[in-house]
Amino acid sequence: MVPEDLGEAPVYDVAVVGAGVVGCAVARHLARVGASVVVLDRAVDVGDGTSKANTAILHTGFDTEPGSLESELVRRGRSLLAGYAAAAGIAVEPSGALLVAWDDEQEATLPSLLDRAAANGCDDASLVDADEVRGREPHLGPDARSGLSVPGEWAIDPWSVTLAFATEAVSAGADLRLGSAVVAVDVGVEGHEVRTAVGTVRARWLVNAAGLGADRIDGLLGHCDFTVTPRRGQLIVFDKLARRLLRRILLPVPTARTKGVLVSPTTWGNVLLGPTAEDVEDRDDTATTADGIGRLLAAGRRILPGLVDEEVTATYAGLRAATEHRDYQIRLHADQRYVTVGGIRSTGLTSSMAVAEHVAGLLDGAGATWSGAPVDVPTPVMPPLGELQVRPLHDPVRIAADPSYGTALCHCEQVSRGEVRDSCHAPVPATDLGGVRRRTRAMNGRCQGFYCGAEVVAQVAAETGIDPGELTRMPR
Amino acid sequence: MTDPAVLVVGAGPAGLSAARELAVHGVGPVVVVDRESVAGGVPRHCDHTGFGLQDLHRSVTGPAYARHLATRAVNAGADLRLSTTVAEVAPDGSAMLVGPAGIEVVRPTAVLLATGARERPRSARLVPGDRPAGVFTTGQLQQWVLLTDLPVGRRAVVVGAEHVAYSAVLTLRHAGVATVAMVTELPRHQTVPAFAWMTRLGLRVPLLARSRVSALHGHGRLKAVDVTDLVTGTVDRVEADTVVFTGDWVPDNELARRMEVGIERATRGPRTDGWGRTTRAGVLAAGNLVHPGETAGIAAVAGRTAARRLVDDLGRGTRPIAAGLGLTTEWPLVSVVPAVGDPSDLPSRFLVRTGAFTDRRLVVARQGGGEIGRHRLRHSVPNRSLSVPGSLLGAADADGGPVELTLN
Repeated sequence: MVPEDLGEAPVYDVAVVGAGVVGCAVARHLARVGASVVVLDRAVDVGDGTSKANTAILHTGFDTEPGSLESELVRRGRSLLAGYAAAAGIAVEPSGALLVAWDDEQEATLPSLLDRAAANGCDDASLVDADEVRGREPHLGPDARSGLSVPGEWAIDPWSVTLAFATEAVSAGADLRLGSAVVAVDVGVEGHEVRTAVGTVRARWLVNAAGLGADRIDGLLGHCDFTVTPRRGQLIVFDKLARRLLRRILLPVPTARTKGVLVSPTTWGNVLLGPTAEDVEDRDDTATTADGIGRLLAAGRRILPGLVDEEVTATYAGLRAATEHRDYQIRLHADQRYVTVGGIRSTGLTSSMAVAEHVAGLLDGAGATWSGAPVDVPTPVMPPLGELQVRPLHDPVRIAADPSYGTALCHCEQVSRGEVRDSCHAPVPATDLGGVRRRTRAMNGRCQGFYCGAEVVAQVAAETGIDPGELTRMPR
Repeated sequence: MTDPAVLVVGAGPAGLSAARELAVHGVGPVVVVDRESVAGGVPRHCDHTGFGLQDLHRSVTGPAYARHLATRAVNAGADLRLSTTVAEVAPDGSAMLVGPAGIEVVRPTAVLLATGARERPRSARLVPGDRPAGVFTTGQLQQWVLLTDLPVGRRAVVVGAEHVAYSAVLTLRHAGVATVAMVTELPRHQTVPAFAWMTRLGLRVPLLARSRVSALHGHGRLKAVDVTDLVTGTVDRVEADTVVFTGDWVPDNELARRMEVGIERATRGPRTDGWGRTTRAGVLAAGNLVHPGETAGIAAVAGRTAARRLVDDLGRGTRPIAAGLGLTTEWPLVSVVPAVGDPSDLPSRFLVRTGAFTDRRLVVARQGGGEIGRHRLRHSVPNRSLSVPGSLLGAADADGGPVELTLN
């Protein structure tokens, strides 16, 4: 192979591999403190892997292992992200959670869960007797027993979080190189040469936030500290008409392996049921299965019998980047000017900002310096996508300023033409239909495009200049 | 704006027919709203003939039928508001409309819901597998091809074998897409024989009966679907870049449910008495919201019927469904609309549906164990419209308890 002539190509302070919620949080943090940052990802959008298919919950960490890094970072991250979401206009639903026991054995573990919550700094958790459980959630199934109230567990819009981090990173000067799968890393004296499928970038420091691929990137640098075993979580999204069946997040009693099947409101006004927990081989196997959906429906029927009578809006599966270790795997390899951020499981959305802070601390401790001065960019204001927020279609002020916000495109999710246009021209623009869905909610509703699909595709094609056949991945 | 006498929600065949009828009878201002920018509902994108037989007594294409109904409603004096959504109807009946002119609150005397039905998408049918592009419903496909002229694909599998599925095959053909298979869980097709033969022999589309599309495969774009033979359990992988889920209609009942009208379990549409009345006074429902999957003509006639009765009711005060007789069905009958009948005020017909093919054609009505009426159906094909005359319940006792319909 002929060495690529990098010529005058810039040497970044930091290359972040992975544009998921953690990678984008790290990029945002480092760009703000003055580092020149490049973010690399194989996908064509940020947050297009594990970060897009989770349970969308802002956790308290009440059930994490006390004293673990995860416990510390989830608690800190929750506080940071709650504040950030408020500033960025990212939808949260501060519903709280009710953990419900369904048999004697589960009921017996509640006091220890309360102790654990206290040990994790979650001081407002409390035991709730069976009558009170039923009073709070009258639609629960007949087998519900007593429970544990965790007021700090909230629903959050997970897509806008990653997008906000990426947007802020870009406005602080970071370069976002999507569609750039990392294939090799050469560790040199002056810096790393990170080879991607579409070119090479040079950076003095490397942060591996590659999620499901974190062990492979680690391998490229000669480490084998952990192995990622994708743990698939299948989820079912129910129609908005199901929302009246619950007032807060309904959690199961967690086990060592999984948090179990929960029922949660979403910030989009739907109800989420899931996830399953299945170890799979293939790191791209985000298929749902008849067995998984069947088990979720059975669980849902027990938790909230009315739920399964409602229409299903969507089913999907995500892959958690689980490893053989229970805790996060964040390691500094100072000699290689390299930090691995691995094993960030279901709590990664919540902890992301604290992980970024932690990584920055590690880099600082290793003597890293940045080429620029800190930049104080404003927190981006994200589109109001929450069901409880004022959507442009219902906002006379915005419609008066721009009538395209008054023209409905997707009725189920109340998305205007103006918002779809904006998503294609945002600082971190949508370049495919999935990107438009995550930025606007278009086509995510109960009809799944029966009414609006054709018009959305036509408008996205017109806005982006991408051929409709390419947008729909037509075979050539 | 003056408050309307009637707010009609939905400008499809039922809503437009109702609006015209109300306007013709001079009930006062009639406002008909539709969230789409063009009136007409589903027929807008059904580019084939056969529309209008029930109400216009001639056959026209879907788009022509849609235009015709809209023109007639407007000419009669109805105020047609497009791109307008009913965001909310308060308990006092005031409705918040959101449209190009902004937000407006109106206080109609009555609301007639005619919001129609949609086909269940793949997700609602719980079909497992990947989530690639290339997955359609018929309605989406028709708009894709006829309204926006977008490219579809090359090789398609069509799920379903009722009328609308065959219509999807023709739309695909029009778009240059070959249908490589039709798949139905039932033992045979549910359309008219000529349509089925032409598709199988003329277009060489095989029908995989007693089979189910059990998984989708493909990252990015659909590559194949799994077809499970429900008899043998064997799974075949059929290569296709496009799959169209047809039929399996579900009422667009969101507004009805938010307005807390009673809902029928079998159809998921509002409970009505056959005259459009629901369980709430002043709230009416008609069309495929009430009987999902019927033809546009049946929806149009239902809209007109509800409107005529509403004209009378507006004069003497609207009222909810009378406490009539509840109708129940026994397999293979799966639904009856309306499911309430007032023996002193029976509708001209009841629409029934079967869930399976059967040789049984005789609908028998029983009350308190005794037979009160019978009617022989012309056919008993699932997913097809079947009607029995209202007189079937003519001998029912208003105080005699529920009426059970069986197929003998």
